[in-house]
Amino acid sequence: MTENVSPTPARAGAARLDTPVLEARNVSKYFGRVIALKDVSLAVRPGEVNCLLGDNGAGKSTLIKILSGVHGPDGGQLFMNGVEIRLSSPRDALNRGIATVYQDLAVLPLMSITRNFFLGSEPTKGWGPLRHFDLDGSSKIAIEQMREIGIEVRDTGQLVGTLSGGERQTLAIARAEYFGAKVLILDEPTSALGVKEAAIVLRHVLRARSRGLGVVFITHNVQHALPVGDVFTILSQGKLEGTFRKGEVDTEALLKLMGGGSELDDLQRELEELAAVAEKGVIVDALPPVLDETPTGTDGFITI
Amino acid sequence: MTSSAARPAQSRLREIGIWRKFLNRPEFGSIIGAIVVWTFFAIIAGGKGFTSAKGIAGTLEVASQIGILGVTVSLLMIAGEFDLSIGSMVGASGLVLGYMIVDVGSPVWLAVVVAFAFALAVGAGNGYLVYKTGLPSFLVTLATLFILRGASIGLTRLLTNLTVISGIRDRTAGDPVAWLFSGVLFSPERGADFKVSILWWLVLAVVATWVLLRTRFGNWIFGVGGSSVAARNVGVPVARVKILLFMTTASSACLLAMIQVFSAGSADVLRGQQKEFEAIITAVIGGTLLTGGYGSALGSMFGAFTLGSTQLGIVFAGINTDWYQAVLGVMLLVAVLVNNWTRRRASEARR
Repeated sequence: MTENVSPTPARAGAARLDTPVLEARNVSKYFGRVIALKDVSLAVRPGEVNCLLGDNGAGKSTLIKILSGVHGPDGGQLFMNGVEIRLSSPRDALNRGIATVYQDLAVLPLMSITRNFFLGSEPTKGWGPLRHFDLDGSSKIAIEQMREIGIEVRDTGQLVGTLSGGERQTLAIARAEYFGAKVLILDEPTSALGVKEAAIVLRHVLRARSRGLGVVFITHNVQHALPVGDVFTILSQGKLEGTFRKGEVDTEALLKLMGGGSELDDLQRELEELAAVAEKGVIVDALPPVLDETPTGTDGFITI
Repeated sequence: MTSSAARPAQSRLREIGIWRKFLNRPEFGSIIGAIVVWTFFAIIAGGKGFTSAKGIAGTLEVASQIGILGVTVSLLMIAGEFDLSIGSMVGASGLVLGYMIVDVGSPVWLAVVVAFAFALAVGAGNGYLVYKTGLPSFLVTLATLFILRGASIGLTRLLTNLTVISGIRDRTAGDPVAWLFSGVLFSPERGADFKVSILWWLVLAVVATWVLLRTRFGNWIFGVGGSSVAARNVGVPVARVKILLFMTTASSACLLAMIQVFSAGSADVLRGQQKEFEAIITAVIGGTLLTGGYGSALGSMFGAFTLGSTQLGIVFAGINTDWYQAVLGVMLLVAVLVNNWTRRRASEARR
């Protein structure tokens, strides 16, 4: 009934550094007729940050849902430290050390920091009907962990809603580390944040890496990915566009790969034309007609 | 900062005043409200017996009956769900009890066990439906509210040709099990009976508060109400939490039915009508958010006291009781406004 989650990170000492701690090999996922993912591979090694880049709808979310046990893949395999695994649920993934932090679902704003930190893994004290949530002990640990990541907690009952967006993400990262994560999957942790806040989160991504965790960092912001990434995996329209190591690519190349290259050029040309027209003082009529034919996706399916 | 670095960790916590802490609690408004409302009626109806032992016993009895439902409903609402079916659950489980005692002739204890089993089953059904269909519990339990009411009228008429089962008192007089629900704790004077239901109410409120604030399950209730997806992501068994809470609200309705049936000596299909709304109002006055994730079981205890004081206060003051519902509505509005303010203070004030 009550799963005892031991917070001791049973680091797989035997795993060699070049063996990926988590690897997806040729995974595919279909939703009805839609091909969400086709033959995508991704590997993350201990102490490495793999940035998963892609435009909206590229299949990033589907891939991380497979990695975190929400969906089962329709094709392909998952490996952990070289051993094939099957994830039955998010809880199963968590127990194996795969922790996922979702952008908007990382923490619960109306609960205190302590309650958030231990939600789902509350330590208990006492026996029988008097077995209870050890709030005092938990608070001490939570305060300590918060201080370590640079958040000064004034009151143990302080609600998470009083923290800033960046602090909430770091809380979730610290929690995952505390409960023994070996792989951290971060779903767009910086996309809703300002520059300063994003920097706080990126600093903790690097900290997790230096502690030997494998990090899968999902983003569509190349500026956030470049400084922290060791490997860049680029998805476009459900397919693997390429995997690059640090130094092999620059911002522009990444942007092109993410956006499908030519589309970005088109956008730029269009914007320049608009700007030119605007200078002449005619704006509204010059806007190109948008829906003059049946809208079809680039893969041939009707997208409406 | 520098001078405190060497001191133990705890000392760096800024002590916030007790008053401030109290202001940030969800039940803050309900405690003030209870005091204000009771004092108001004590002033205008004190001379007419509202503050006498009889008046207080009456206030507490009314409060306890609303509060027994309110406490469990507040837990369910913190978990983000509603249970409208409890209104007809009171009538239906009362009929099960009456039918077992009068028509089947079973011993009282067995009838009580069967009634609770029935309530638990319906509660589990509610929870399962809500979880499986993913429909809003407001709709699912609105459906059960009508199904239960209709089916209990139909079945009782079919089985007994009536919609009221009377003659229960003849068979339960002196029965210790019946005393558990309708007994009198003490009577300081003639007619001022402090009923055992008051004890049920207080014990339930204390137990619910303890579960909510001091157990794993309580933490799960907050988590599920805050966001069931986020809670599931960190391993909270969302379905189990919700189903258990629906079973809890259904059994509290059954408990209220026992108290009413043993006190009145008859079971009536129409018992418990509108109780579902009074329970929600009680919980909201107690500081529980309609959207879940935040609230207090203790607050709903004070909410019930406020409702009890209002209902009795109006009677003692000699005001036409027609006004009770209007007053209830006004109190609900005020409570929601106060709650919004408290919650904003607690969740947004940065220092």
